[in-house]
Amino acid sequence: MASVTTANGFDLDDSGQRIVVDPICRIEGHLRIEVNLDENNVIRNAVSTGNMWRGLEVILQGRDPRDAWAFTERICGVCTGVHALQSCRAVEDALGIDIPANANHIRNLMMLAQYAQDHIVHFYHLHALDWVDVVSALSADPKATSELQQSISKWPKSSPGYFSDVQNKLRRFVESGQLGIFANAYWGSSAYKLPPEANLMATTHYLEALDFQKEIVKIHTIFGGRNPHPNWVVGGMPCSINVDEAGAVGTVNMAWLNMVKDIIEQTITFCDQVYLPDLKAIASFYKDWGYGGGLSSRNVLAYGEFPAYANNYTNESLMLPQGAILDGDLSSVHDVDVRDPAQIQEFVSHSWYQYSDDNLGLHPWDGVTEPKFELGPNTKGTKTNIENIDEGGKYSWLKAPRWRGNAMEVGPLARYLVAYARGREDVKDQVDGLLSDLGLPITALFSTLGRTAARGLEASWSAHKMRDVFGELMANLKSGDTATANMEKFDPSTWESDVKGVGFGEAPRGALGHWVHIKDTKIENYQCVVPTTWNASPRDPDGNIGAYEAALLGTPMADPEQPLEILRTIHSFDPCVACSTHVMSNDGEEMSTVKVR
Amino acid sequence: MTEPAASIADGDPGAYDTLILGIGNILWADEGFGIRAIETLHTRFSFSPDVRLMDGGTQGIFLLPWVRNAKHLLIFDAVDFGLPPATLKLIRDDDVPRFMGVKKMSMHQTGFQEVLFSAELTGEMPDDIALVGVQPELVDDYGGSLRDRVKAQLEPAISMACDVLAEWGVTAVARKAAPSVSDLVGPGALDIHDYEHGRPSDSGDPL
Repeated sequence: MASVTTANGFDLDDSGQRIVVDPICRIEGHLRIEVNLDENNVIRNAVSTGNMWRGLEVILQGRDPRDAWAFTERICGVCTGVHALQSCRAVEDALGIDIPANANHIRNLMMLAQYAQDHIVHFYHLHALDWVDVVSALSADPKATSELQQSISKWPKSSPGYFSDVQNKLRRFVESGQLGIFANAYWGSSAYKLPPEANLMATTHYLEALDFQKEIVKIHTIFGGRNPHPNWVVGGMPCSINVDEAGAVGTVNMAWLNMVKDIIEQTITFCDQVYLPDLKAIASFYKDWGYGGGLSSRNVLAYGEFPAYANNYTNESLMLPQGAILDGDLSSVHDVDVRDPAQIQEFVSHSWYQYSDDNLGLHPWDGVTEPKFELGPNTKGTKTNIENIDEGGKYSWLKAPRWRGNAMEVGPLARYLVAYARGREDVKDQVDGLLSDLGLPITALFSTLGRTAARGLEASWSAHKMRDVFGELMANLKSGDTATANMEKFDPSTWESDVKGVGFGEAPRGALGHWVHIKDTKIENYQCVVPTTWNASPRDPDGNIGAYEAALLGTPMADPEQPLEILRTIHSFDPCVACSTHVMSNDGEEMSTVKVR
Repeated sequence: MTEPAASIADGDPGAYDTLILGIGNILWADEGFGIRAIETLHTRFSFSPDVRLMDGGTQGIFLLPWVRNAKHLLIFDAVDFGLPPATLKLIRDDDVPRFMGVKKMSMHQTGFQEVLFSAELTGEMPDDIALVGVQPELVDDYGGSLRDRVKAQLEPAISMACDVLAEWGVTAVARKAAPSVSDLVGPGALDIHDYEHGRPSDSGDPL
């Protein structure tokens, strides 16, 4: 290859030093990244390989479509509810089932809680350590940390004594030699820019966020009946609600609902007094690090989520709108129709699958998942020990989804750009406020930090929306409507013999769709196109590169042996390659390895 | 077939002393051992209200809130001990995090090791931890169930667990009849019998 310009306008050069990061740590699933550096250690080519095979149709064909949600809930370790929701929606769409208003409100509440929880966990437990040096926190002055905290937020946990206690706890932990969760990092790297006090403050909030998790998961338990795998049902939600009697067995009662209300208020406080101030404080030290934009300034896609009105998935109803932006033209947002075979297609020319014609894309309703593992002729190493992958051939277990042939970025930043471009005032106010506080132009959003910032804003947005949705749920219940499920078409004898449906929406990490084909009451075909498949996508027959590959280009690395910059940008997408949990390469290797060649 | 569930679980994670946790993924053959062990335990025995049985799946860090609230923690899991297939092994206390991290067969163990480290960091490690682990025979079978040899270890694993629980003063009361609906692993379709019999005939080993 040496030097080429891709169909989507990125310059690639694979002539320089090749670096392999495998696996990328602190993510779900198994992802491998290879890059080529030029003589100045700037990334000039990037290759994203999903190392896991999945094929849902292999486990779902012939099963009862009303059970599909329970299987899809198991394909990923962290995205249980989001798959269950889209699965129920897909089957409801196929069978023509309308869900009741309460079910819609409860689903929205569960998903909004999932957004807030996932975003908080992502920021503090998966991504913060790319920006925050935990070891440096040990040399912070607790008094100065207290002053810093009080200058950015009214969060009450801010005394010098409190920070001193946390610091001592942290010191004992580090000195015991059990770095544990903090082991796979590059402490002391010159790429870390925060002063010790900011590091101590952020590390303290890492611990507080662990505590906060305890609360927010209760919402799923209350409405889902169980956790960590809540119950769902085709036709609505499987819980009955009674607002009149206290303590009726088997129903969600006022005591539970008051607990939900209380947790919502705590979530708002945590997002607004801890998460967002931290985000601003951290970002202010990294304003110069404007890398990682990739596709975000060009092509982004959102299916939209949170229908205000049950069964209405138009932009009039969606609290976060659907849309596609092409070539960075924010002035015209295209409508997205996930049923249109010309819009959503998956390609496998560079994926370890085969179609009858690898140059064509398939709409998910016609999707095929036939594995074909083969390596390109320029692969270095062997099948079981690949040293360098050949991106000219097949090189990933992920397919390459495209919207009208275009590689797209999905996720919080994509959603926020679409909402912004569609003129949604709530989102515009948040975005403009943050940019003005940081003194940055809108183009600053097209970056790794922009992605991270959009996620933080969205966490706060979700928390506030929970308050609104909860109010609507209560008003509807008090008006006497207590229906939570529509079981009219639950019996298969009421179904037509050959139907197709799609469930689509937005998982916390991006656009998610489930397409189902039901024949004679059984699943004939089932395809999921998940957010990380969009973002971590390999190349397509036209040579378009996906969001991860694009985002890494042009990034300078402080030290190729310490791929902190690669982790930063990849983590900013909140990767989840799981969709199953099994690691194909069974070598027992646990630490992230970096190979420089 | 999925019927709407009528009952609601106790949403307060503080209301138990002993957490019996099965982890793993039922969709990947022997990786489902931990979940199937919990399912079997629940089918055979009942416990007092201060004991919580939980199908933890592959939730990783999201299991932390429950682990932190337990005084006693018993885990069922498939673990790569480097021993012959279907070997059953009991690991106690400080050795548990080590065994769950030395040879990782899947991401859920990365996640769970983090859970234990995080519990320690927050000063809320359970007083007692035991891991009943089985050496898997096969995990590369998407949509498959436990191999026969591994399945045969469910009963011995349960009795090993009951011995540990007895040490902790926890009594497992044998059920006279199986519970009518196993609500631990979700709807009936995921129960081991239906899961195995509903499998599409075309198995999916990609390699």
